[in-house]
Amino acid sequence: MDKKTIIKIADLAKIDIDDSELDEITSSLSKILALVNEMDSVSTEGITPMAHPLNMTQRLRKDEVLEKNQRDELQKK
Amino acid sequence: MHERTITELSKDLAEKKFSSLELTEHFINRIKKYDTKLNSFITITEEHAINQAKKIDSEIAKNKLRPLSGIPIAQKDIFCMKNIKTTCGSKMLENFISPYDSTVVKKLNDAGSIVLGKTNMDEFAMGSSNETSYFGSVKNPWGFDYVPGGSSGGSATSVAAGLAPCATGTDTGGSIRQPASLCGICGIKPTYGRVSRFGMIAFASSLDQAGIFTQTAEDCAIILNQISGFDEKDSTSSKVDVPDYHAACLKKFDSIKIGIPRQFLDGLDDSVKSVFYEAIKILEENNCTVKEINLKNSKLGVSAYQVVAPAECSSNLSRYDGIRFGFRADDVTTIDELYKKSRSQGFGREVKRRILIGTYALSAGYYDAYYLKAQRIRQIITSEFAEAFKEVDLILGPTAPDSAFKIGEKTNDPIAMYLSDIFTVSANLAGIPAMSIPMGFKKNMPLGLQIIGNHFDESKILSLANHFQKLTDWHKKKPVLNEE
Repeated sequence: MDKKTIIKIADLAKIDIDDSELDEITSSLSKILALVNEMDSVSTEGITPMAHPLNMTQRLRKDEVLEKNQRDELQKK
Repeated sequence: MHERTITELSKDLAEKKFSSLELTEHFINRIKKYDTKLNSFITITEEHAINQAKKIDSEIAKNKLRPLSGIPIAQKDIFCMKNIKTTCGSKMLENFISPYDSTVVKKLNDAGSIVLGKTNMDEFAMGSSNETSYFGSVKNPWGFDYVPGGSSGGSATSVAAGLAPCATGTDTGGSIRQPASLCGICGIKPTYGRVSRFGMIAFASSLDQAGIFTQTAEDCAIILNQISGFDEKDSTSSKVDVPDYHAACLKKFDSIKIGIPRQFLDGLDDSVKSVFYEAIKILEENNCTVKEINLKNSKLGVSAYQVVAPAECSSNLSRYDGIRFGFRADDVTTIDELYKKSRSQGFGREVKRRILIGTYALSAGYYDAYYLKAQRIRQIITSEFAEAFKEVDLILGPTAPDSAFKIGEKTNDPIAMYLSDIFTVSANLAGIPAMSIPMGFKKNMPLGLQIIGNHFDESKILSLANHFQKLTDWHKKKPVLNEE
């Protein structure tokens, strides 16, 4: 991971990176990616990606307003 | 009073040996006396606690008893509590006052418990040492130079130091079990979906789960009975029936089969290994059969976790934009500048690091190589657990690779910090329940025994934990706190 990529990613994530932090961030993120890349030691061909621990489907509900308007409550100082 | 278990305190309160107010004041006084040093609380909710206690006392006077009438509790500062600050350990939410109660807080309030305060934690629950908190590091009561673990470090310290009889926590990769291990107390992470996440500030939504810290397995079961169950307000809440964990925990212990993954012991610290084998020997002599099992790819858990958790975090934390709530930077001229300055000044180093990793893993061209790959590894790890549970009832190992490390020791080495969760992350990836209970010491610092069960097998875990605590007294050891 190079500095140019970090600057691009930080912009996507809407985070400012100070020039003084750039070296440290580049080095720590590269180390994290090296740890992550250990995943490549195992072949995952044909394995279904797991998105959710209980393989649930998203529960649906009726489109009804259940909460009362709390605008005044939430806006009070 | 502070060395008594919830079971004992409930009995004392019902028999009117002392009032809920006296009990609450006892703990508030202990917090005031010891917490300037320990730093386990971010907010002490004294006024709220006194009012709650008085209300419960008037109920007890009329012999109206709720399941947790008058039991003081510390709430991790990740659980929203109406009209009380909920900071999540971050400058971003330093002044955030929640307009509603999280389901966990609501259920515990309805059960009659008294909230003593909100506990310190790693910022947005990202950390394994409580050092990323905006509100300062928490000390381990067994050694003030040591970390309590994280991210629920404040909760663990408060229970270990006798500042609260129990505390709530959340566990995304080990954030309940690892601090429980490092502080010498019990901590359970239930099955994913068992306890509602509503009002619990999100870190990684497919991994986050609420749980508790207590002194004993029985106390854990008592609280778990109260917080478990389906919640309409949490879209991933489970509808599986909630058994009576307390009854299951106390039921006569049936003989069971225990599996020990050889991967958990490879290269393990010698002292931790010998304490662990000693615990296994006790179980082997008392109704448990032990066999070695193979969780070949469990060690890749940390790698997969370091993709899945940051990816979900980068998405969840995008809501902190300086607009609707949370920290807002001054002196900005454009909207882009408002977002960037608010986020850069409001988040700490570790949170930003994880947002960046997550954004990278989800960005165009990298999604397949990182996020999908990690989800495939997650599937493999989960299948290995499923296979193992065909042969054994529970899986045991050490909770953490070592006892508590010194404050500052790993702050500049994120990899070393992440690897302290090596034995805990897999349970989150698979969504299965796991618990840490005290199993001994290494040079006066506590070590935890991890008990991992299959989905919704909390009863089996609690039963074994209670069985072990009938045979040993590690859970009765308390740290000595100096005055001040």
